[in-house]
Amino acid sequence: MHNNGEKLIGSEIFFECLRRENVEYIFGYPGGALLKVYETLHDVEDIKHILVRHEQGATHMAEGYARATGRPGVVLVTSGPGATNTVTGITNAYMDSTPLVVFTGQVPSSLIGNDAFQEADIVGITRPITKHNFLVKDVKELATTISKAFYLATNGRPGPVLVDMPKDVLNAECVFEWPESVEIRGFKPTIKCHANQVQKAAKMIAKAKRPLFYIGGGVISAEASEELRKLAIDQQIPVTMTLQGLGAFPGDHPLSMGMLGMHGTYWANQAVSNCDLLIAVGARFDDRVTGKVDTFATQAYKIHNDIDPTNVDKNIKVDLPVVGDSKDFLASLIEAMPKTKEDRSSWLSEIEAWRKQCPLDYAVEQDSLKTEFVIDEVSKQTRGHAVVVTDVGQHQMWTSQYYKFTEPRSIITSGGLGTMGFGLPSAIGAAFGVTDRPVVLFSGDGGLMMNIQELVTAVYNKLPVKIFLINNSYLGMVRQWQELFHQEKYSFTDLAASNPDFVKVAEAFGCKAMSASNPESARNAITEALAYNDGPVLVDFRVVRKDMVFPMVPAGGSISDMLLARLNPKTMV
Amino acid sequence: MKHLISVLVENKFGTLNRVAAMFSARGFNLESISIGETEDPEISRMTIVTRGEDRIISQVLKQLNRLVDTIKVTDLTHQPHVERELLLLSLKLSKSTQHEIFELANVFKGKVVDIKQKSITIEFVGSPDKINTAIDLFKPFGIRELARSGAVAIHRGES
Repeated sequence: MHNNGEKLIGSEIFFECLRRENVEYIFGYPGGALLKVYETLHDVEDIKHILVRHEQGATHMAEGYARATGRPGVVLVTSGPGATNTVTGITNAYMDSTPLVVFTGQVPSSLIGNDAFQEADIVGITRPITKHNFLVKDVKELATTISKAFYLATNGRPGPVLVDMPKDVLNAECVFEWPESVEIRGFKPTIKCHANQVQKAAKMIAKAKRPLFYIGGGVISAEASEELRKLAIDQQIPVTMTLQGLGAFPGDHPLSMGMLGMHGTYWANQAVSNCDLLIAVGARFDDRVTGKVDTFATQAYKIHNDIDPTNVDKNIKVDLPVVGDSKDFLASLIEAMPKTKEDRSSWLSEIEAWRKQCPLDYAVEQDSLKTEFVIDEVSKQTRGHAVVVTDVGQHQMWTSQYYKFTEPRSIITSGGLGTMGFGLPSAIGAAFGVTDRPVVLFSGDGGLMMNIQELVTAVYNKLPVKIFLINNSYLGMVRQWQELFHQEKYSFTDLAASNPDFVKVAEAFGCKAMSASNPESARNAITEALAYNDGPVLVDFRVVRKDMVFPMVPAGGSISDMLLARLNPKTMV
Repeated sequence: MKHLISVLVENKFGTLNRVAAMFSARGFNLESISIGETEDPEISRMTIVTRGEDRIISQVLKQLNRLVDTIKVTDLTHQPHVERELLLLSLKLSKSTQHEIFELANVFKGKVVDIKQKSITIEFVGSPDKINTAIDLFKPFGIRELARSGAVAIHRGES
């Protein structure tokens, strides 16, 4: 711990700033431009550095940590390749609005622009994928820049911020001054919602006959689940959630309609198409949600609350925009609602009829294993209280359908970017942040291979991550599209001949591993894995190879026209 | 339709790139962009000319506002403003065209900034429309080279 006014070198200032920001973990990888930082780190005890095995892994771990805890994730990597390896993770965090602060080493200032060894213009490269980024040119600016970086990453709509630190700046000396407050004149997010807009929204809600909440990840990052629950139950308004919004409202409550959109539930999509009032909160009308925009919720008056004004009227024109923090919006709405209540029972029974018409279900066979069964079983055995991390693809959509998320910060998944390889490292990051709930990863075999090196990080740190490998030895989602829309040309999606034996791979990393290929062995393996807490455990679920995720809205289609089953793919409802 | 947007930005390394890159990343039209320091050396003023339907322009304004280095974004299009552009026009010169060139330059209040035996460079200041007209009318004399500054604009004062 250093004091204001002390003379310090850049690398000491760096750790002192992280201390002031209450950073617990740094996910990092050393290198030439950071040698001084790692020299200083050698004697730092209060901030834990987690050594990853690839810088992409570091960014995903930081994201998993941030999403599980609500605190910014911190990454430290060297210049050049170290920095460029973070690009996918930073983009992922940008698309899903996760607060990250990424520190990159840079070649000495005198060499910048000279094509020096391990030089990359990472500030230039990451400009379009960060909320903001900085090149620190003078050690005197290091402390204020770091405080600004944390402020920007966590205020307003959260997002990644990058700080590039040349080697000479980290070696230079100056008097340490921690700024008491942060002032950025070009960054003044609107937190408080406009009272008139809230009043109008309350009036619309009060008189709506068929209202529907459409909830996104913004409700989770704003910590507004309690307000949502109170308002929805009090007003008897059904709630559908985006992939990132799952858990904002308890999935086992009768008003919960699960996810909407491309692989959303049939009844949620029907409700969107038939509601007279759509209340979008912390959601951004993504194309995977809306399908064809011209036919999206055409009967509804649309209210849209978002902290980022650029999200308003971007994809869908709304009737009542309310810019501001979602917690403020929902809390103000609760205050503003009139005492009289509309009877919504007929609307709720209409939805119930849709639910009965096309429920989510699957058949269990004794000698083969379905992914839906595995996820359903994990949901039951964890009673919906696990932190569930997914990779990208079919298993991710099945997770959204069959895991009953009961609390916020329970799903950590790559939504906007759809990054295969996100799952394992982000589950590791989540396990550093959360120790009182099990951390469960569902990953496909394709995605697991993309960052499998991070098994080392899980094993070395004895993290009790449950790695549930949904192994169909296919790039299943791509295969599904090939079958449905590309004349069954299964180009390069069959991995059966090339996949390794995942149990042996895990064991070679020092990870406990087992496999299961029928419902009974799967159930037992899940029980055993959930009870094992001495380190990571991998279960290789050998699932049915050619299953497809239904229901489904074909790309560009209307969400009211869902493909319900493969047997009769031409049948549209 | 055409919109004229004035943006106050931090006078910092990379700001122009952030703005220009945002336009290209989001597929917004960028007809011209000009930038220069203001009376406060820490702040620059950018003048941007863009085209689009109202929905697009509203996104352009919001996306500009969202950049951390932008301080103030104003759409001047429907507000009282003065808009000017600078044109440096280099023309082929001969005895036979000389007279006509001078006459036309006078009409546009052009100022001769360089003259050689076979070429002449004239400076024009005016609205982009006037600059376009000048270029059209001088074309028949043979344009050697031309350079335009892009529009700069400012609010008209209160009356």
